[in-house]
Amino acid sequence: MKEILRVENIHKQFEGLEVLKGVSLTVNQGEVVAILGPSGSGKTTLLRCMNFLERADSGCLTMDGETFDLGRITKKELARLRRKTAFVFQNYNLFLNKTALQNVTQGLTVARKMPRAQAEEIGMAMLEKVGLADRAGYYPHQLSGGQQQRVAIARALATDPEVIYFDEPTSALDPELIGEVLGVIQQLAAEGRTMLVVTHEMRFARNVSTHTLFMEGGVVVEEGPTKEVFDHPRQERTKAFLQGQEESRA
Amino acid sequence: MLLAGIKVTIPLTIISFSIAMVIAVVVALVQLANIRGLKQLARFYIWVVRGTPLMVQLFIVFYGLPNLGLVIDPFPCAVVVFSLNEGAYCAETMRAAIQSVPQGQIEAGYCVGMNYLQIMWHIVLPQAFRTAFPPLSNSLIGMVKDTSLAANITVTEMLMTTQRIVAYYYEALVLYCEVALVYLLFCTVLTWVQRWGENRLDITRRKGAQA
Repeated sequence: MKEILRVENIHKQFEGLEVLKGVSLTVNQGEVVAILGPSGSGKTTLLRCMNFLERADSGCLTMDGETFDLGRITKKELARLRRKTAFVFQNYNLFLNKTALQNVTQGLTVARKMPRAQAEEIGMAMLEKVGLADRAGYYPHQLSGGQQQRVAIARALATDPEVIYFDEPTSALDPELIGEVLGVIQQLAAEGRTMLVVTHEMRFARNVSTHTLFMEGGVVVEEGPTKEVFDHPRQERTKAFLQGQEESRA
Repeated sequence: MLLAGIKVTIPLTIISFSIAMVIAVVVALVQLANIRGLKQLARFYIWVVRGTPLMVQLFIVFYGLPNLGLVIDPFPCAVVVFSLNEGAYCAETMRAAIQSVPQGQIEAGYCVGMNYLQIMWHIVLPQAFRTAFPPLSNSLIGMVKDTSLAANITVTEMLMTTQRIVAYYYEALVLYCEVALVYLLFCTVLTWVQRWGENRLDITRRKGAQA
């Protein structure tokens, strides 16, 4: 399997508080990596550092064969790297003054200067994929949370990224809307999309992800194929965390 | 009188306010983009302009600058002063409006590959402008009336024209009431425009549901 993404030794602190204490991970093409862990474990920060929404203090990131020094990346490198990634936020962060279709095409027409007709064709195909082709002309405020998040996923897909980051994509949703979003992510996994998903949905992590990474206190406590981590966790902390999740659901 | 209004007051207002809007957006963005030096300059500009009377600013530019050898005709002089003055107030309005746009959209913009200016132009400013529209309309209406101060630097706008007619006919009450009515007329039209504009800009009322 081809390695697509490698992160080495990321460090990040906020005003003296060390949030990431040297995190490393490797992702192969087509893998779905679930990042689990209690709140404050640094999983969201890790994801944000990987896409430079936060600037890491140090560390290296290799994407598709090209290595970037996270501590001192230039604007040009950053732009090049971001062309290969997409990010789905907890709060959707749709462009509120744009329709669903315009949200999806914005990265194509504005950032990549693609002709509008071509962009709209791609945009409609992506909305189709998330089951919202009939909502193309709606504004975000006219859509439910689940629909907004699906538009956000369509927006992420439009630029055909190598890797898609999901930061707790269902945490802001009403329980009955979670399923439709997870269903879309599951479908993408089946299509072989490479994804990193920070999540609290244990069942989803277990059923959909190929690899699981358990974080606590700014370090990776345990990682491995999902089945192994869930069925035979090696670390006591992982065991306790998974058990706790099991009980809270019961 | 109405003719003076149409020929001087209205152009003076429109030209000055247009320039003021450009100044406002640039100054607001400079402050938010945190560009060293420029930010301090922007703060300084706002501090000075807001802290001194408009009339004094007019006098400094029109009567003061000639001492330095810089002579400007009355009308352009009024345009310069009104633009700079209004720009400072509107810059603060725009800054607040820009900050009120949910910031997650900026991150989302970066993530789909847009740069700072593209995000501002396509995403943030259209939304900020919607928020800023009522207070900006306020400023514009205020400005229509402030243009009467230009009479003090020999711009023959509406008030000055009226003063001349009064000096000739001695009908102060009637004539000044008349000019007041003309100002009221202008501002009423602007109020209508504001209401129409607010409705147009309100996307929550826009029907987006065309299949």
